[in-house]
Amino acid sequence: MSDLLTVEHLSVRFPIRSGAVWSKVVGHVTAVDDVSFTIAHGETLGLVGESGSGKTSLGQAVLRGHEPAAGRVTLDIDGRRIAITSMGKTELREARRHMQMIFQDPYASLNPRMTVRDILSEPLIAGAARGERLSRTQIDARVVDIATKCGLSRDQLNRFPHAFSGGQRQRIAIARALVLKPALVVCDEPISSLDVSIQAQVLNLLAELQETLGLTYLFIAHDLAAVAYVCDRVAVMYLGQIVELGTTRQVYYSPKHPYTEALMSAVPEPDPDSTRRPILLAGERPDPAHPPTGCRFNTRCLHATETCRAVMPPLRPLGDGHFAACHYAETLELRGALALGAAATATA
Amino acid sequence: MAVTDIAAPPARTARRKRMRRPDLASQWQLMWWKFRRHKLALFGLVVLGLFVLMTMFAEIIGPYPPGQRDTKYVAGPPMMPQIVDTAGNWHLPFVYGVKGVRDSKTLRMTYVADTAQLWHLELFVRGTPYKLFGIIPGDIHLFGTDQGSVHLFGTDFTGLDIFTRSVFATRASLGVAVVGVAVSFILGAAIGGAAGYFGGAFDNLVMRLIEFIRSIPTLPLWLVLAALLPRDWGALQTYLAITIILALLGWTWLARTVRSKLLATRHEDFVLAARLSGCSDTRIIARHLLPSFMSYLIVDTSVAFPEILLAETSLSFLGLGLREPVESWGVLLYAAQSIRSISQAPWLMIPGVFVIVAVLAFNFVGDGLRDAADPYSRS
Repeated sequence: MSDLLTVEHLSVRFPIRSGAVWSKVVGHVTAVDDVSFTIAHGETLGLVGESGSGKTSLGQAVLRGHEPAAGRVTLDIDGRRIAITSMGKTELREARRHMQMIFQDPYASLNPRMTVRDILSEPLIAGAARGERLSRTQIDARVVDIATKCGLSRDQLNRFPHAFSGGQRQRIAIARALVLKPALVVCDEPISSLDVSIQAQVLNLLAELQETLGLTYLFIAHDLAAVAYVCDRVAVMYLGQIVELGTTRQVYYSPKHPYTEALMSAVPEPDPDSTRRPILLAGERPDPAHPPTGCRFNTRCLHATETCRAVMPPLRPLGDGHFAACHYAETLELRGALALGAAATATA
Repeated sequence: MAVTDIAAPPARTARRKRMRRPDLASQWQLMWWKFRRHKLALFGLVVLGLFVLMTMFAEIIGPYPPGQRDTKYVAGPPMMPQIVDTAGNWHLPFVYGVKGVRDSKTLRMTYVADTAQLWHLELFVRGTPYKLFGIIPGDIHLFGTDQGSVHLFGTDFTGLDIFTRSVFATRASLGVAVVGVAVSFILGAAIGGAAGYFGGAFDNLVMRLIEFIRSIPTLPLWLVLAALLPRDWGALQTYLAITIILALLGWTWLARTVRSKLLATRHEDFVLAARLSGCSDTRIIARHLLPSFMSYLIVDTSVAFPEILLAETSLSFLGLGLREPVESWGVLLYAAQSIRSISQAPWLMIPGVFVIVAVLAFNFVGDGLRDAADPYSRS
């Protein structure tokens, strides 16, 4: 399998301004710091991490929804390599049909003033600039087709988003993302704002559509059970960096980074008799504007040494496609979700 | 999962046309439904509609041309239409005839009702010819009398009919308000839009400028600007200049609204989604940004009307705005400010009622619009 998406040394920075009238940039928050990874055709890569770890910023930077400060993003469409990050505005608009996004909050991501039909046809109409001018009936046919695939009925197309529930709205948002037949879809916490009962439906819909349309997902979430359910591989982010990357099984069952272990211990336990205690990390998450020297996790790591405080560990291969950014990845005895007794991942 | 079809069963299709379908309603429909519930606002809307009719058909509504002097009834009090005469007999509406009596001490002419004479009021009477909209000739007036004359609001010291003049004054007063609001709307939307869109130093500059303009006390500022107008300008030139002065000072509110709404909606997810689906900047502004705060602009505009209306009235009242022979409510009230008017012809102040009614109507409508502006609010 070849790689659809290649991300190399991607960084995203947000300026910190100070002063009320003549504001000056006094520093930067590095939300994503030198991140590299690839996603194969038809694969789902999960991106997990706590709030503020840079998951959403990374997802938006890949699509250039937010301009990255540095790094390269390349798409491979039918053997043609498309360098997303070096494109001009017009070229980029054309390339956008290959990559789409599903947002976290379906109440905010749908324009309340447009009917579902208008929302779904917009990407096709906006595409008129790309020389691919579709007739009214062609547009309508594609809208109805994708809406049906996403479980929306034809007579619902004339309604406005306010007439729909959260789960149905998310279906509309998914349909909008897929109407252009993209290769890559960035799902930015697509289920975290939905009812638990609806979450499974949406996850199943995403899996189904991946199968029928041959989609590739970058699946951002903080729900570890959901990630385990839909993802082939998982990347764990901490303070803007990927600290561990591997297949779902590797990351969940034999983590090589102490942060991953702590994360896995936090998976909720369905067994009320369980005596498992989550690994509580000491201290606060460091200010991302002033990350600690050395390993970013050293301030809260139970195993940190002098080396960790001085030298930043690179994300290095441990064999079998498993990567971790820890000096002691080989020597530490870390327990995965299974060893921790978390059957939760399996039953999700 | 298939989503079930919820189309109404056939038995109900006949009624369905009249049924509200909020799920199919556009934003404007939702706004109208919400607005309709605000009774006071609806009433205000009707009153404003009447004012608009008044400006369009002033020649018909006013029984006389605005410049026609009634030398037989100078500074005469309002005539009250009656239906019962002093003997207790019922009639169609009429006014009593008047006779002039000269006061033996002051030698001033005063008018008393002559109960022996009944001047009957009639609808659609033929009177002085006029040209409607400047082109359509006609001589039908909404009402008049079969003999003598009728002055519902009395006459002023030169014998001009105050009712007629009040009706005609609606034109200038609302005209100044409409043009003033339109100009400030354009200025506000453009300047506020640019500030919100470009942000940074330009935004800063505009915001400080707005604060500066607003910190100046308005009345002295109008006075200075109006005093700068050459006194030898014609009525029309002054009219235009006054409108522009009021607009130049009135755009700041709207600019602020536009800017803040733009800043707020620019970062909405649906705007990012539109950009990610390949929409151009123009399309994003036209389809996503503008519609999402258009309703607020309309509210702000409707609230700006009374301010400009009052500004024109105040300026004219102080003798610095419009001047005779242009009729505006302020001009009419200017004539009412002397002690002589108040003691001898208090009915000269009647045009003030028009101002109050118009301002209240605008405020009620603005209130209703404000409530209806965001039909998606959960409140």
